[in-house]
Amino acid sequence: MSAGMDLAATIVLNGLTLAALYFIVASGFSLIFGLMRVVNMAHGAMYLVAGYVGYAVFEPLYDRDVWYAWYVGVAAGVAFAAVFGAFVQVVLLGWMQGQELRQALVTIGLSIIVADQLLAIYGGTPRQFFAPDAIFGSTQVPGVGGYPTFRLVQIGIALAVGIGLWLLLNRTKLGMMIRAGVDDRQMLGACGVNVPLVGVAVFALGSALAGLGGVVGATAQPLAMGADGRFLLISLVVVIVGGMGSVTGTALGAVLIGLAEQIGQALFPTYSVILTFVIMVAVLALRPQGILGRA
Amino acid sequence: MRNTILWSLLGLVALLMLPWALPFVLPANEAAFWTANILGRALVFGIIAMSLTFLATYGGFISLAQMMVAGIAGYTLAILVDGAVPHILGGFGYGAAIPLGLLAATLMGLLVGAISVRTRDIYLLMITLALAMGVFRFIETNIAWFNGYEGIRNVVGPTLFGQDFRNPLVFYHIALATAVLLYAGILYLVRTPFGLVLQGIRDNPRRVAALGYSVGLHRIAAFGVAGFIAGCGGILSTIYNIGISPGSIGLGATVNVLIMSVIGGLGHPVGAFIGSLIYTVFDTFAATIYDRDRFNTLIGVVFLAIVLVSPDGAIGIGARLRRLLARRP
Amino acid sequence: MTIQITRRAALLGGAGLAAGGLAMPAIAQNAPIRLGGLTTLEGPFATGGQDAYRCVQMELERINNTIGGRRIEFIRESSNAQADVALARARKLIEQDNVDIILGPLSGAEGIALRDYSRTLTGKSIVNGSSGASDTTLRNPSPNFFRFSTDGTQWMAGLGRHIHGLGIREVAITAGDYAFPYAQVFGFNLEFCRLGGKVTQYWAPLGTTDFTSQIAQINRSNAGAVIVVHGGTDGLAFMTQYAQAGGSKPLVGGSIMADQTMLSARGPHRRVMMGMLSGGPIADIIDDPTWTDFVARYRRRWANEGGFASPSIHGVNYVTNLYGILAGLRAVNGDLSGNQAAFQRAMAAAELTAPTGASVKLDHNRQAISDIFLNRIEERGGNAVVVAFDRARAVNQTLGMPEAQFLQLGSPSRDNAGCVA
Repeated sequence: MSAGMDLAATIVLNGLTLAALYFIVASGFSLIFGLMRVVNMAHGAMYLVAGYVGYAVFEPLYDRDVWYAWYVGVAAGVAFAAVFGAFVQVVLLGWMQGQELRQALVTIGLSIIVADQLLAIYGGTPRQFFAPDAIFGSTQVPGVGGYPTFRLVQIGIALAVGIGLWLLLNRTKLGMMIRAGVDDRQMLGACGVNVPLVGVAVFALGSALAGLGGVVGATAQPLAMGADGRFLLISLVVVIVGGMGSVTGTALGAVLIGLAEQIGQALFPTYSVILTFVIMVAVLALRPQGILGRA
Repeated sequence: MRNTILWSLLGLVALLMLPWALPFVLPANEAAFWTANILGRALVFGIIAMSLTFLATYGGFISLAQMMVAGIAGYTLAILVDGAVPHILGGFGYGAAIPLGLLAATLMGLLVGAISVRTRDIYLLMITLALAMGVFRFIETNIAWFNGYEGIRNVVGPTLFGQDFRNPLVFYHIALATAVLLYAGILYLVRTPFGLVLQGIRDNPRRVAALGYSVGLHRIAAFGVAGFIAGCGGILSTIYNIGISPGSIGLGATVNVLIMSVIGGLGHPVGAFIGSLIYTVFDTFAATIYDRDRFNTLIGVVFLAIVLVSPDGAIGIGARLRRLLARRP
Repeated sequence: MTIQITRRAALLGGAGLAAGGLAMPAIAQNAPIRLGGLTTLEGPFATGGQDAYRCVQMELERINNTIGGRRIEFIRESSNAQADVALARARKLIEQDNVDIILGPLSGAEGIALRDYSRTLTGKSIVNGSSGASDTTLRNPSPNFFRFSTDGTQWMAGLGRHIHGLGIREVAITAGDYAFPYAQVFGFNLEFCRLGGKVTQYWAPLGTTDFTSQIAQINRSNAGAVIVVHGGTDGLAFMTQYAQAGGSKPLVGGSIMADQTMLSARGPHRRVMMGMLSGGPIADIIDDPTWTDFVARYRRRWANEGGFASPSIHGVNYVTNLYGILAGLRAVNGDLSGNQAAFQRAMAAAELTAPTGASVKLDHNRQAISDIFLNRIEERGGNAVVVAFDRARAVNQTLGMPEAQFLQLGSPSRDNAGCVA
């Protein structure tokens, strides 16, 4: 009985740590969608790019055994994704603002090219980051026993991202502009705000979050080709379930999907995939705008 | 009007005769290769892409679920037909299994339409993609019904008039006949009251609703029609590939269908075939054109260029060229 | 490379040559032999495919791209490990590029698709690359499909017996939920259960990267060892998480666990993989001069061009199959006339030595009977390497069971995992 309880607790904790990762990635997707009305189909590609670039920076440092290797890897991955996101917005998407479908198609084309070039440059070997010893080993969790510390850290990072985004959106001038832009872009422009610049900032921030997800994800699980499609899909599902453009909604969606995945895998492994999509379809049928989305 | 019909008939005759014309310009084995594996394959892909183009052109819906719906037809066929390996249900001949496959695809089309009935534009794109990937993941991990990752093999196709279905000439002409019938069917359908309501929904759904039509039911029916079209493509491609595996309906395959439709142009059903032909030629000769290993970069760049330069695809380029030439004195 | 041709094959080859001389004009004899290569260069299996082409290129360079006085022209194609794509490429190779022989493909589903396609061909041969599904040659074989490499079930030969011999009576098996792991688990169970061992199986769908719940269950069980039959990313994920969870049971790996692709990835999984046992057609270190020579040449050729520390399983499988083609071609002196009948007979009768030093011959389904190595991961010079400490000789596709009885057991699956007492 106790063993059963242990197992149940482990599965729930696994679901939550997975949800944390999903939230970090999907929040960027949701943010870009919220302000820009762009469905960034290259979001998964951003995840992948950050993982590989971060790893390329991380590996030589790790070889030299310096303690800050991982932190530099994270910074490099996140920074690269942010710059890449800004570049995409400036060069490809900015001038076709409002043509939502065309923007989605552009990002699809981009993601195909990016994934293939990453394969060309880095090859197909899976890669994995190793966090500093302080957050790498295992921690005793009451009711669960030894549990990988990094996964707990993952929850911390997700909380930080959530609170940070909330503060940014609700307590800063940029956040005010972003929220105003969601409601009425034209009016925001008429008020003298440089809307395109806000757009670039949002795109960089959203991509940076995908990048953060990429490095964190590649520390918890190996990074390999195909992760782009997986995380794009997860972002889609989380945002569809939680509600478009809402940080709280994204968090709720991530928790639901993360738990559903883990519980499904434990109870009925071969059919676990369905559970996620049953949730999605149920939400669509009852609330097409997502659980916390605005109609 | 009469001119268009005349030209269409001439085009049809040319397409019918093409396999006999090819040997004049190509060595015999290459002519056979072009017949079945470039033209035939392009027709089959084109049929699936046309189901997407049909929804986009006349309803304004971009559905990324069409490849998955095609796969449902293929899998139904593979599950039911005798001789498939592994044996899942069996017990049916092609004469019964093919209509059942088409029925399954139509039902799946209706289901996708019903699930997404309250969403539009990019929401619809996201939701249909998520649905398609959900079904794909399920098929890939389910052994009992779909044989998981390995898929179902040895779906060899029926014998027609003593001829093997996969004989290049037979296959090409069946694919051509299917494509032409479906194409003509679409052109007919859009002139019926149903088609007109559909186009009304594309232009202004509120007005259609105000006129007393059910927007939802018409949408779902349109997805059903698209499901049937995609199913035809799915059956043909399963027989062409001697079986089906999840890779045929994965993210890559799904995006490929979108690529074909967009490259060709979403403004008219014929764009699907132009796009699929361009795609197939690139796919086949990537090694010669650029580098086989980097095929995805190549097709990605072509796709991106089309979206950036001419969002209405090859048809759009053609129309622009015509206008340009006409303007000259 | 040592290729021994049986006398029968040589005679057949001579006959083929004579017939060819009559039937074909001299000019065709000097036209190059067109060999099509098909491997996976897109997607997650791309590393294995790249190494396969490295090894094939090296061996063709070695014979100066010439055999029996005819030049070999190697035409490369690649797939993405999907059956339909492999089929489209194979059709292009045969029908457009007009190749005589295809060497490939890499993965199981592709192999079965190409086997089915080969049946529709006349005067063409498809020789396997590295695909390892049993059914490709065991059930419903095609006369035009040859496989000089061993399959997933064969690769486990001797492992179950060895584990039992160590006094372990109960094991936990964690495996991917698809055909290749089924075949491997089947091979292991066939020996282990027959000796009275008890197994508990944990299946995870392909693409699972979170094994923590499963590991928690395994660590609580009474199993004396854990048999890990995952590959690629899934395998790395399992090992890393096993290490993180402080797992301490002895580990036994499937054939694609103990490979340089896994060992060259760095991380804590290396620690738990030290001492891990496995079975398979290759190892990094095999005490055999043929292998030592092959590895030395591989390193010289590819050290600066992205090669691994040691050739991969896919590289070795492709080369073994290439040797089969070359043995056939040599026997008929490069003559492929008569719809390749003489060439195919020569291949079917060829006996050769694989790059690993294993001897290879074909059974009546044109499937390899060959040696399988029992391996242990050891530390040598600061690197983790797979060392062969024993070999099971002349392992056939039914692991020594009469074929009818083996076929009676049915295809491996999660519900038919070979655990019959």
